[in-house]
Amino acid sequence: MTTTTLHALLSHWWRNPLQLFTLLAGLALATALWSGVQAVNAEARASYDAAAATLGEGQYDRLVRRDGQPMTQETYVALRRAGWLVSPVVQGRLDGVRIIGVEPLTAPGGVGPVSLQEGTDLTSFLTGEGQLFANYEVAEQLAGLNIVVTPDVAPNTAVTDIGVAQRLLSKPDQIDSLIVLRGQPIGRPPLDAIAPKLTLQPAQGGSDIARLTDSFHLNLTAFGLLSFAVGIFIVNGAIGLAFEQRRPVVRTLRALGLPLRRLILLLGAELMLFALIAGVIGVALGYVIAALLLPDVAATLRGLYGADVSGTLQLRPSWWLSGMAIALGGTALAAGGALYQMSQMPLLAAAQPRALAMAAGRRAVLQGIAAAILLMLSGVLMFTATGMIGGFLLLGALLIGAALALPIILDRLLALASRLARSVTAQWFWADTRQQLPGLSLALMALLLAMAANVGVSTMVSSFRLTFTDFLDQRLASELYVRTESDAQTAALITFATPRTDIILPIQSADTEVAGQPTEVYGARDHATYRDNWVFLQQTRDPWGSTFSGQTVLINEQLSRRANLMVGDEITLQDTAFAIAGVYGDYGNPIGQAVIGEEVFATLYPDIAPQNFGLRMDPEAVPDFVDALEAATGIAATQTVNQAGIKAISLAIFERTFTVTTALNILTLAVAGFAILMSLLTLASMRVPQLAPAWAMGMTRQQLGRLELVRAIMLALLTAVVALPLGLALAWALLAVVNVAAFGWKLPMYLFPLDYARMGVFALLAAGLAALWPARRLARTPPADLLKVFSNER
Amino acid sequence: MLLTVQDIHKTYHTADGPFDVLRGIDLTLASGETLALTGESGSGKSTLLHLIGGLDTPDSGKILHEGRDMAALDDAGRAALRRGTVGVVFQQFNLIPSLRVSDNIAFQARLAGRHDPDWDAALAARMGLTPHLAKYPEQLSGGQQQRVAIARTLATKPRVVLADEPTGNLDEATASTVLDLMLELVAETGAGLLMVTHSEGLAARVSRRLHLRAGRVA
Repeated sequence: MTTTTLHALLSHWWRNPLQLFTLLAGLALATALWSGVQAVNAEARASYDAAAATLGEGQYDRLVRRDGQPMTQETYVALRRAGWLVSPVVQGRLDGVRIIGVEPLTAPGGVGPVSLQEGTDLTSFLTGEGQLFANYEVAEQLAGLNIVVTPDVAPNTAVTDIGVAQRLLSKPDQIDSLIVLRGQPIGRPPLDAIAPKLTLQPAQGGSDIARLTDSFHLNLTAFGLLSFAVGIFIVNGAIGLAFEQRRPVVRTLRALGLPLRRLILLLGAELMLFALIAGVIGVALGYVIAALLLPDVAATLRGLYGADVSGTLQLRPSWWLSGMAIALGGTALAAGGALYQMSQMPLLAAAQPRALAMAAGRRAVLQGIAAAILLMLSGVLMFTATGMIGGFLLLGALLIGAALALPIILDRLLALASRLARSVTAQWFWADTRQQLPGLSLALMALLLAMAANVGVSTMVSSFRLTFTDFLDQRLASELYVRTESDAQTAALITFATPRTDIILPIQSADTEVAGQPTEVYGARDHATYRDNWVFLQQTRDPWGSTFSGQTVLINEQLSRRANLMVGDEITLQDTAFAIAGVYGDYGNPIGQAVIGEEVFATLYPDIAPQNFGLRMDPEAVPDFVDALEAATGIAATQTVNQAGIKAISLAIFERTFTVTTALNILTLAVAGFAILMSLLTLASMRVPQLAPAWAMGMTRQQLGRLELVRAIMLALLTAVVALPLGLALAWALLAVVNVAAFGWKLPMYLFPLDYARMGVFALLAAGLAALWPARRLARTPPADLLKVFSNER
Repeated sequence: MLLTVQDIHKTYHTADGPFDVLRGIDLTLASGETLALTGESGSGKSTLLHLIGGLDTPDSGKILHEGRDMAALDDAGRAALRRGTVGVVFQQFNLIPSLRVSDNIAFQARLAGRHDPDWDAALAARMGLTPHLAKYPEQLSGGQQQRVAIARTLATKPRVVLADEPTGNLDEATASTVLDLMLELVAETGAGLLMVTHSEGLAARVSRRLHLRAGRVA
């Protein structure tokens, strides 16, 4: 019985290959977008994990000097002798590669992720003969060194013995930080008694890269989920239509004696088989998408956050298994409703054409109620939601509510148009469109979600870019930045530059803690550069005046939010209390920051001499100045950075971000266009009985075809009108709720009408292209097929 | 007795209130007997046929197939009854459009686990379907499709054949030919035939006739 039934069920697809293609392609595309984005995320996360494993980053407390400078080896020895279980780390960059020097006998986890394998010479490593562990790319980059290739080391990183690292990085007898191991002996002397210049940096502090990049991944994950939701709408539509078309067959099978349970099981098994096939195709496609996106994502993360992510993709079981699970789960989700409906429908009712319509009518009422509840909930959450969960609840309620409301809104609009129509053709057109709406509503919902996601994410990314560009103008106001390597170079720079520039602005900072938050304190010189360019989110009347005179402090938004500090509150730096005179936006900075006047900085941190300087001068004069500076003082051109260069690098990073989001935007829109195409093609065969009377009464097939095209574009246009406010609400939720929770700062929202118009045109184009083929088919329907509608032979 | 129907009642709940479609029907059908159910539209003919075929359940009363009470059967039991004991011929043919004619003929017999290819071939030949076995239903005329449906039903050698206006969609000449074939084959297999029809002419050609009016035997 099972074989016979399966044969009958599968023969349906054999005879309707287009429908099978819709189903498989919809599910495969949904899985591809999901697994592609997940692959990128998984790869990036794996890179962080490798980095964390290399250095115990974020997992262990660390001891660092308060002023951020390296400590001496004596400090380390003194702490060990006093009973502190600490392990030294030296790190720096060599030809762009991060070199990490560890002490293998005391470091937690030995030499990090490096495993003993063929080619590993532990003696050579331990005796400091210069063996480094790194992946293949780094080995090629540092070709002259003795590298043992191991894939377990974090990307763009080489691990070696501390002595080797000190030699390679020219840091003799210097240690950057001490890892505080777990299980410290009780009763050891306090830190201040042995090394008063050191401070304890707690685990999971501001240095945890994974946390910083979570927001970026969150965006990608949200995109993946939205794309998957769009795909599920397609699958749901395809399965719904397939079941609708097979309803008479199902009735026949049951009438011929096939038990309902067996039938449901076989239909379920059949769909799972398709899900499996589509899942494999989808995961493979996802791999291709990820491989194309990963270099850009890696560059974006490296540029934005300094996080090293491998630019190559590995086939990780976790993500392809999750891709398969999502394909099977998605199909179950999409088919569940249809199968349940079938199991509940009485045998004879299935044969009545009105049964489904009546069930659809009841569903529409429930759908309307659910949409109203969800939209009201999102309205409440807009004013009350805080944190990541609140943000996502808001997004979910808003998107699902709007998607459910769409067919009802369109139905009302079409009813209105039908009432207002004067000509008989227009009346028929609106009425016919209304009749077709239930069959197209899932595809239109998919289009709505795709367009809203595009508007939302584009608004967020563009707002981010605009804010960041303004911020660069504010922060990189100096025309030239110079880094000195010794006190002598600093003195030479000041002597040379003073008569040739408008002003020299020293950039000096110290690492400290404010209200338990790791914070960088900067000392700023009194100059209009700061007064004219910096934008405050909150401020007193003259924040710079009081700060330059040493009475107040300015803090960044991150510190303000994390430590709940406002203008007027006080913070303490080196036992000196300062009132907060302003809070400024500090986008892209992971940790807290405070700015005080130059004089008071020199008093509080007398050991710190500035080694970075901003020089204000005529921008045209910069190239000649750099040449003259090198000739006169020996300060190399490589120690200077032209402001325009920094901005160009920063903007290039953003362009990379855009490449990723634009690619995903286009893919999502393409998937939605595909949904419309498939729905129209599937509906086409069911449309003949509806169109034949119009044809018989004098409309030409070409006319009918043209109207079909107009209908699709018009429905897409109406959907776009709903998608725009929804997308803007989505952007607001991302910027004002999710971003604050993920990044720690709120971004101003800007509108980009031209972008939206372009996107709208793309959507209409997608809908038009999708409708072109079905419309052409309709225009070429043989009269014999139309006549069959009226024939007794049918 | 092949089939015994005792005091069957059935009510539909419509938007205008309850509608008593069957109000105490009794009938019997013996082996080899052919019985026509006639009556106006809405008199309950098709409903009675559906109840006997296990496609629906009565509100009260008994339906016994060779002494077995259908009330004792669950969904799976009724499905088994439809597979093995009862064969239904529908007015709309209800063929499986994606299967070829040969597969359609064999389908129910395969479900019932009693497929006999020789019997299928014989039926196809008798029905004039042999040249069409490789075709799909949409490639056949209405009369040919109904012959496939009858062949499919008879392929299982059912004890009772239920036919719901089997020639309702056919022209007079074709209808006559199809009915002749059906009566011939039913007689050969020794099954009982219960046929719903509007046509007085067709009703006159079976051994017994029962007229329904407003849910009762007139």
